[in-house]
Amino acid sequence: MEVVKNKLMATDLNTTCPNTWCPGCGNFGIEIAVKKAFSELINEEKVKKENLVVVADIGCHGKIADYLNVNSFYSLHGRSVAPATGIKLARPELSVIVMAGDGGAYGEGIEHLIFAAKRNINITVIIHDNRVYGLTAGQVSPTSPQNFKGNSTPDGSLDQPINPLELMLISGATFIARAFSGDAESLRETIKKAIMHKGFSFVEVLQPCFTFFNTYDYYRKNIYSLENNFDLTDKLIAQKKIQEWDYSDTTVSKIPLGIFYQTERPTFDELSQV
Amino acid sequence: MLKEYSILIGGKAGDGIRQTGDNIGDLLNELGYYIFVYKDYPSVIRGGHNFSIIRGAFEKILAHEDEIDILVALDQNTVTQHKKRLKKDALIIFDSNTVKAEGIGFDLTEMAKKLNLPPIARNMGIFGILSAVIGVDFSLVEKIIRNSLHKKTEENISIAREAYELAKVYEKKYEIPRSNNLPKQLMTGNEALALGAVKGGLEMYVAYPMTPTTTILNYLAKNHKKFNLQVIHAENEIGVIGIAEGAAYAGKRAMVGTSGGGFALMVEHLSLAGQAEIPIVIILGQRPGPATGLPTYTGQSELLFALYAGHGEFPRILVAPGDTEEAIELTRDAQNLAWQFQIPVIILADKHLCENTFSTEPDKILIDIKEAKLWNKEGDYKRYLLTDDGISPLAFPGQPDAVVKLNSYEHEENGITTELAELTIKNVEKRMKKASAIETELKKHLTVKVYGNPDSEIVLLTWGSTKGSVVEVAARLDCRVVQLLYLNPLPVWELLEKFKGAKKIISIECNATGQLCSLIAAAGFKIDAKVLKYDGRPFTVKELEDKIKKLL
Repeated sequence: MEVVKNKLMATDLNTTCPNTWCPGCGNFGIEIAVKKAFSELINEEKVKKENLVVVADIGCHGKIADYLNVNSFYSLHGRSVAPATGIKLARPELSVIVMAGDGGAYGEGIEHLIFAAKRNINITVIIHDNRVYGLTAGQVSPTSPQNFKGNSTPDGSLDQPINPLELMLISGATFIARAFSGDAESLRETIKKAIMHKGFSFVEVLQPCFTFFNTYDYYRKNIYSLENNFDLTDKLIAQKKIQEWDYSDTTVSKIPLGIFYQTERPTFDELSQV
Repeated sequence: MLKEYSILIGGKAGDGIRQTGDNIGDLLNELGYYIFVYKDYPSVIRGGHNFSIIRGAFEKILAHEDEIDILVALDQNTVTQHKKRLKKDALIIFDSNTVKAEGIGFDLTEMAKKLNLPPIARNMGIFGILSAVIGVDFSLVEKIIRNSLHKKTEENISIAREAYELAKVYEKKYEIPRSNNLPKQLMTGNEALALGAVKGGLEMYVAYPMTPTTTILNYLAKNHKKFNLQVIHAENEIGVIGIAEGAAYAGKRAMVGTSGGGFALMVEHLSLAGQAEIPIVIILGQRPGPATGLPTYTGQSELLFALYAGHGEFPRILVAPGDTEEAIELTRDAQNLAWQFQIPVIILADKHLCENTFSTEPDKILIDIKEAKLWNKEGDYKRYLLTDDGISPLAFPGQPDAVVKLNSYEHEENGITTELAELTIKNVEKRMKKASAIETELKKHLTVKVYGNPDSEIVLLTWGSTKGSVVEVAARLDCRVVQLLYLNPLPVWELLEKFKGAKKIISIECNATGQLCSLIAAAGFKIDAKVLKYDGRPFTVKELEDKIKKLL
C-alpha cells in the first residue's frame, strides 16, 4: 500500500487575521497564487515551510504578511529589499520573498531594488503594482500614466511613468517577469519559477486597484502571453519586448506577460560567504 | 610632573605624515613609553596641512599637549604653523630643500631623487634622521619599517638608513631616556571598537564609508576571514541598517557604524528596532556638524540626538567609551546587551577616539558571548509573547514549528498587526518594562568611573574621549573625576554615590550647548559650571588645566 504523505493545502497557510482588502482588489488573486505556489513547492519538496520568509513593504499589498502563516518581516515603507538582503546573507538556506508595492519599491526605496539586482542576490521580489498609492487613498505612483489625476496631482501628473522591467534589466536582475493578478494560474507558475530561480528574480504583477485606479478592462483588452520561442538569455530581445508597453494608458499597445529574461551568474550571497 | 616628550610631524596631505607619525609612536613604544598620537588633517587627499603629535610618557596618557619638544617638518608651512608650540630648547628637524629653519636639516628631496624614490619617501628619510638624533639603534628603525610597510620595504629602509647615517653626526643631540616598560599594542579607537565587537560574538558588520568610522569597515573587511564574519559595504546608510536588521531577525549578531549624518539616515530603522524589538548595535562616531560640518575633526554634539532619535517611545542603551580599552569592553558588552533585551544599543564615539592611536592592552579583555533568551519549543511560537520582564523568547526563521513574524506595526503576541487600544497599551507597557529590566542589569556593570582624588570637593564631570585630558588635569589639580560610561539609562544610582561630598561640579565636553550637563541637570543634580569646546579640536591638557584653574 502506498504511503501518502500529508499534503499541505493552500488553506493551511491561512492565518486567523480577518481580511480587509476591498472587494474586487487585485491582491486577492496574488494571495491565492502565492498560497498555491508555496504549498506546491513545499509538497514537491523544493522548499521547506520553515525556510520561507516573506518580507513585506507597507501598503495595501503589505497586509499579505498578516494573511500568510509563514515567517515574515513586515518592514517599513520602501524598506523591504534591504532587510531581505540581510536575511539571505545571514542564512543563505532560507527562501526569501519580498512582497512590495509600486510606491515602496519604485519610489521610497528604489535604490535598494537597484542594488539587489546589481548584486544578483538570490531572493525573489514580487511587486503588487496597482500604479497608484492605495492605502493613502489615491495618489500618483512611479508607474502611474502621465496626466494621472489623483489627490496629490488633481490637475494631472506631469512626469512619465518608469518602466520597472527595463530598470531591472539594466540593473542586473537575472530573472524578469510580468504577470497579471487576474490570471491566477499563470501567476502561480511564474511565482514558482521565480522562487526556484537561482539569482535575483523580479516579478512585476499588474494588480488593478478596484477603488482608486480600476484597470481591469484595459488590461483584459491588451495583455497577451509571451511565447516560448526566443532566447531568454538575450538582453536585446528582452529589452525589445519590455519596451512594447510604456506604462501609459493612452498609447495603443500590447502588454506582454511572462518571462522576458532569465540567465545565471554568481549570486552575491554565494560569493560573500566566509 | 609627568616625564614626557612630544614630537610633531607635519607636511602636506600625500607626504606620508600619518604613516610616519605612527612609526614615531612605534619607536617610542619600543623605548618603553606609553603613547598617544593626535592626528590632525583637513578633508583633502593632496595638499593642505596634515600633522600628528606623538606624545610619550612613562605612565598611561590619553591626551596631548600644545607644546612640543621636537618639530619634524617636511614643508615650510609646518614650521610657520607650529613654531609657536616649541618649548625652550626644542629642536627642529627638516628637509632643507623645502624648509628654511634653524636645527637639523638635510636635503631629503634630493636624497629621494638620487635613490629613484617618489617624493613621499622623504618621510622615511626624516624618520631616519629623528631616530639618529634621539639615540636609537638603526636595527630598531629597520624593524619598525619592516613591520609597518609591506610595499617597497627595502626602498624605504634604504632612504631611512642613508638619512640616519648622515644624521649620526648629531647622534644623541637630543637623546631621550627609556624605561623598562614592555611595549604595548598601539591601536586606534576604531580598531578597538572592531575588536570589542568580535569579542562579543559579532557575525556581520555593515557600513557605508563616513569619517571617522570608515576604518572600522576597512579593518573588518581586511580581517573578515580571521574574525569569521561577513562585512558588507552597502548602497547607503538606510540599506546598511536594513541589511543588519534583516540579519538580526535571522539570528545573526549584526553591527553598523557611521557618523552623525549617516545616523540621521538610519533613524527610521532605529524606530523599527524599537517597535519590532530587533537587537542591533550602532557605532556613532561623532564629528562636528551640523550637516557636513568638519568631517575630519572631533566633537561631542550628538548625545541628545542619539538619546531621542527615532519617532515613538522605546528603550535603548547609550554607551560612551573614553579610551581604547573601554572601547573594546563596552562594544563587546553592547552585543550581549542588545541581544539580552532585543533593543538598539548606540555606542557614542568621536574622531578623537576613533582615529588617534593609544597604547592598549587588549588581551586583558576576554571574549564574552552570552546566549539570548531562546524559545523553549513548547506550544505555538509567539514572537512578541507578553512576559514578566517584557522580554519575549527568540526563535528564528528556519526553525521547524516556529512561525516567526516580525512587525513594524503595533502587533498581537503572534506578530499579526493590531490597532486595538487594549493591545496597544500592553505593548507600550511591555516596552517600558524592558527599560526597568535594563536598569537592573546595568547595576551589575561598571557604568561610572572615578579618577583622581575621590575625596576632592571639586568634581570634573565628563564623557567620551574628553576623559583623557580631564584625568590628567585632575591629577595635576588634585580633583575628582566622574566619567559616565553609560548615558542611557542614566546611572543615577551611581551618580548619587559618586557625587557625594562634591561642593563644585564642573561639566567638561566638546559641544556648544552642554549636552551631558543638561542630561545630568534634568535628573536633578546641580552643575556649577560648564567648560565647553566647539572648534573641532580636543582639549589639550594644559589648555584644560588653565580653564579649570580659573574656576577653582
